Amino acid sequence: MAIAGVLLLIPIVALLWVPSYARTDPELFGFPFFFWYQFLWVFICSALTWTAYRLTLSARGRTTRQEGEDR
Amino acid sequence: MTTHLTVMAAGTGVNGVALAVLIALFLLVTVAGFMASRFQRGESLESLDEWGLGGRKFGTWITWFLLGGDLYTAYTFVAVPAAMFATGAVAGFFAVPYTIVLYPIIFIFMARLWSVSHRHGYVTTADFVRGRYDSRGLSLAVAVTGFVATMPYIALQLVGIQAVLEVAGVGGGDNILAKDAPLFIAFAVLAAFTYSSGLRAPAVIAFVKDILIYLVIIVAVVYLPGQVGGWDNIFGSAQEKMATVNEATGKPTGAFLPGVGAGWAYATLALGSAMALFMYPHSVTASLSSNSRNTIRRNAAILPAYSFVLGLLALLGWVAIAAGTQPIGLDGEANAQLVIPQLFEDMFPAWFAGVAFAAIAIGALVPAAIMSIAAANTFSRNIYKEWLKPDATPKQEAKVSKLMSLLVKAFALVFVLTLDKQNAINFQLLGGIWILQTFPAVVFSLFTRWFHRWALLAGWAVAMVYGTVEAYQVVNPVTGKHFGGSLALMPGIEQMGYIAMTAFVLNVVVAVVLSAILNAMKTSNGSDETIPFDYFADADDPRVQKDLSEHSHHGDPYGDPDDIAGNAPAR
Repeated sequence: MAIAGVLLLIPIVALLWVPSYARTDPELFGFPFFFWYQFLWVFICSALTWTAYRLTLSARGRTTRQEGEDR
Repeated sequence: MTTHLTVMAAGTGVNGVALAVLIALFLLVTVAGFMASRFQRGESLESLDEWGLGGRKFGTWITWFLLGGDLYTAYTFVAVPAAMFATGAVAGFFAVPYTIVLYPIIFIFMARLWSVSHRHGYVTTADFVRGRYDSRGLSLAVAVTGFVATMPYIALQLVGIQAVLEVAGVGGGDNILAKDAPLFIAFAVLAAFTYSSGLRAPAVIAFVKDILIYLVIIVAVVYLPGQVGGWDNIFGSAQEKMATVNEATGKPTGAFLPGVGAGWAYATLALGSAMALFMYPHSVTASLSSNSRNTIRRNAAILPAYSFVLGLLALLGWVAIAAGTQPIGLDGEANAQLVIPQLFEDMFPAWFAGVAFAAIAIGALVPAAIMSIAAANTFSRNIYKEWLKPDATPKQEAKVSKLMSLLVKAFALVFVLTLDKQNAINFQLLGGIWILQTFPAVVFSLFTRWFHRWALLAGWAVAMVYGTVEAYQVVNPVTGKHFGGSLALMPGIEQMGYIAMTAFVLNVVVAVVLSAILNAMKTSNGSDETIPFDYFADADDPRVQKDLSEHSHHGDPYGDPDDIAGNAPAR
């Protein structure tokens, strides 16, 4: 569960740290870095969220069997 | 009719083909909407849950469309590109990180809210707060905020429909009624539509709308950049425009990238908007309509597809700069809100411009309907039934809901007519300032009961006043109107930031300090009718099943079996 939490935190920290990506170079297909970098995060975030979802599902399965109540 | 207006009419004119296609598609969709009342129908449309929550039977895909309907609104299609066009990346492109960080945030708390709501039959966040703290005052604060904050958001949708009609050539003239005809038509259509159909119609129409929108976006993004010299030229023109000096302020027109210090504005706008969105009654309604706890989390992983498209749409504002689009309203004044419809009219064949117009108009209509229904539900449950008429029958409750859904739209109309509609994105940001202040009471309470109910109420009150006063003091330098923007200096950081976040921090500080004091004094924090297990229950839980299956004739207000708060089984 802690891993899932970290996975969810990564995109939030990365995108709120604006000075880390507020620049034009390197460009990609004519897009300044600022823009394509954020587009890239759409996919990274989606993948991280999906992984977190799978992790919570398996954690839930384990605890349900062991304690009769899930966490 | 003055000469000036005649010239304008000749210049823009009624686009007959586009208008005909727009009306035809609009009618088609409206018919689908009315037929939708039969879709997965429960026993009757008379009770509030039937009309407002669609019976809570929606699976992953319908929920995906429904939630997408909340996101893909006139906000995305009209307001964000207009902000990009007018003032650049800080004012507009923050919507992309906003809609990305949104999903991790809802992943964390929405499943808990779903579970506890279905264990206790909660329909609104105010229901939950009342059950959690046995506090009518705090519950009322949450309900009123939800109701009020939805108004400017609906106002934004009206501006969107109005923009399309204005570019298509409807309205114009020198008396007030004719001048604002597109706005009144937008309002009338929305009101009639919502009043007669409930939540199911928007769910069905969301499919049509999303197909139309994807079609338009794909065509626009593939076809338009080539027409204006490619992305290099688009970014070049935008950079050039943003660097030119604005005559009214003497500063650069806008920001090509967030400069030094502007990172705060960009980040707070993104985070504040993200935390605020799922506090709105309509987002909660859509989430609770799903049929299992995991539907929400699966959705959190597949919804970002919307964010990608949102980013492309935002950049259309800069495509319009490269294309030299002149968004001139029927009154002859420049109006940035018209830029995307105008771009489509200039660049597309008339019939496809009509399809695009229909996509935008329906894309504003659906969320506006969902929003007004949800706000009305909150009113009838948490204000009307709780405070005004406790013995109201489900039928009376549904009737009040319908009337309030009209009223909330009427207030939205007042917002459009009185505030500065040149900067429509600010409507949504203004709503965000208010709704975000319910976040501590709702989300923190999903995880802990350390916070004291009176401390949460005090934090809310302080932040609401602070946020409203700060927002009022922002004056648009061009029009001189109050509520001209949503950025203000953040005390302590001395940079511009989203007022909602400053108010939120204030809110949390007050809540923490007062909670510590009240807890130390052992002041009663009310009784809690929920137990830890409630926050993890899924659709296989008997009580959740009962709630899911019987919700359409669920007559009691809070779903507590014996209606006595705080007597839930011992832990």
